[in-house]
Amino acid sequence: MSDLIHKSASELADLIASKSVSSQEVTSAFFDRSVELNPKTNSYLYLNRDTAIAAAKAADAALANGEKLSPLHGVPIAVKDNLTTTDAPTTSGSKILEGWVPQYDATVVARLRKAGLPILGKTNMDEFAMGSSTEYSAYGPSKNPWDLTRIPGGSGGGSSSAVSGHLAPIAIGSDTGGSIRFPAAVTGSVGAKPTYGAVSRYGLIALASSLDQIGPVSNTVLDSALLQDVISGHDKHDSTSLPQSLGSMADAVRSADVKGLRVGVVKQLDSDAFQPGVKACFDDTIAKLVAAGAEVVTVDCPSFEYAIAAYYLILPAEASSNLAKFDSVRFGLRVTPDGNPTIERVMAATREAGFGPEVKRRIILGTYALSSGYYDAYYGSAQKVRTLIQQDLAKAFSQVDVLLTPTAPTTAFKIGEKVNNPLAMYLNDIATIPANLAGIPGMSVPNGLAFEDGLPSGVQILAPAMQDAQMYRVGSIIEQMYLAEWGAPLIAQAPKLEVL
Amino acid sequence: MSEITPDLVRHLASLSRILVTDEEVATLAGELNVIVDSIAIVTQAVKGDVLATSHPIPMANVFREDVVEPSLTQESALSAAPDSAEGRFRVAAILDEE
Repeated sequence: MSDLIHKSASELADLIASKSVSSQEVTSAFFDRSVELNPKTNSYLYLNRDTAIAAAKAADAALANGEKLSPLHGVPIAVKDNLTTTDAPTTSGSKILEGWVPQYDATVVARLRKAGLPILGKTNMDEFAMGSSTEYSAYGPSKNPWDLTRIPGGSGGGSSSAVSGHLAPIAIGSDTGGSIRFPAAVTGSVGAKPTYGAVSRYGLIALASSLDQIGPVSNTVLDSALLQDVISGHDKHDSTSLPQSLGSMADAVRSADVKGLRVGVVKQLDSDAFQPGVKACFDDTIAKLVAAGAEVVTVDCPSFEYAIAAYYLILPAEASSNLAKFDSVRFGLRVTPDGNPTIERVMAATREAGFGPEVKRRIILGTYALSSGYYDAYYGSAQKVRTLIQQDLAKAFSQVDVLLTPTAPTTAFKIGEKVNNPLAMYLNDIATIPANLAGIPGMSVPNGLAFEDGLPSGVQILAPAMQDAQMYRVGSIIEQMYLAEWGAPLIAQAPKLEVL
Repeated sequence: MSEITPDLVRHLASLSRILVTDEEVATLAGELNVIVDSIAIVTQAVKGDVLATSHPIPMANVFREDVVEPSLTQESALSAAPDSAEGRFRVAAILDEE
């Protein structure tokens, strides 16, 4: 049964649906491996055999009654720890929420349960999703299965390391500036950020509400598509959730055809700033698409130059407001200083003890950006940059169907390499941030190993808002081109994690 | 060069309800100066009239029937509170005694 852990979610779903294997057997296989390997990878903050197996048994029972609840019925899944779960603690990677068990399920979690997917556990992340490496998690960094001394990306490094290390077949992530796509790129896995509003954010512990979006993490494009189909759709609990359906992503993957495809390469993201091996992988992807008959043009997005600056004003501004809820009153930590302190002193002591350095830095930066006298110059300008980026993208998408960029400027860096240099850490998101500012969908698909270090590289596919299906179509085309070359997904080339 | 002084950091931390040590103030002032210097380029990005975008996908407000549905009970709402009394959240005094 250990072969089960190397199968894709769609293969597992087929085996379960045909009753060749039970959900309980599949869930046990991943659970046992997770318990054995988590001390090495630190992918999970919480694992619970009882709830996972109970859900798997329920899925098996439903199937025995002839009820197949979704195309992923019975497939176990890992969930990022910033989604609320009534049967598991939810910390968002922070000490301030240690041990908190929420009173309600996030809509995405409720949909997973209803679709018959057993939840294996909650995955590690940078505190409140602020970071690109999981090094800002209050519970220690996750490790990259390709090289345990390197970062698995962030903030969703727990989910990416779980999926690329086969501790879970699929996982849920959230992406505010690249937190699904960057981890996917550096772990040789697949990750997608849907159009803003395609997936309900109800029960997602907010980082920056106008940028956050929940999405799938997997080892194949079809698995991400199937998972997006399960979790998306209107939710009355999220006023920003889209009223209309975006169609079936799985159908788009299954009918993908390169014929007539027009691809844009962004001039501003095709530079020497990228690691040569990453750039070489990207050039190879473009050459393959051209050989397959796609038309490739260079597009100009001059405002991308300001994307990181705008992002690091808008995000801290929104985060400083969102994180005001951690006030020691309704949930989470309370630290009471000696004497007879006022509530203001209790709050300040609680937040000092409960928040890590990056969270404090961004709250204070956001408070600065929103201060009278700076508001118009900084926050106001940043919001206008969002408009300029949308205008650049509208112009680009009038010429092409999708844009391609390298997902990340480098392969996975060493744990500790950038943790004391916030600005260097922020630059990891240079190619992923524009999608969040503009609300468009973006996904990362593996496109080889960089020649310098043999570590995975990813190509990012950006599509116009609401055209997630187009993004999946191109993701599938690229995946198929590389499958033809490699004979198996890139992840098959990863070193095997030794069982302790 | 931006001017994030230690006093400004103390003021911002106080507005943010975060207690900071002198050491943290010094570190934060240095880091925030570097960050603010690098993000200040947004002020040069916009020339002429450009509308601000606060929400990436345009949406119109909609109405629904006002229907009573089950919601969080008082007990459940209080269950994760650090302290509660008489069906309420219990907190420290709002004002100093002096």
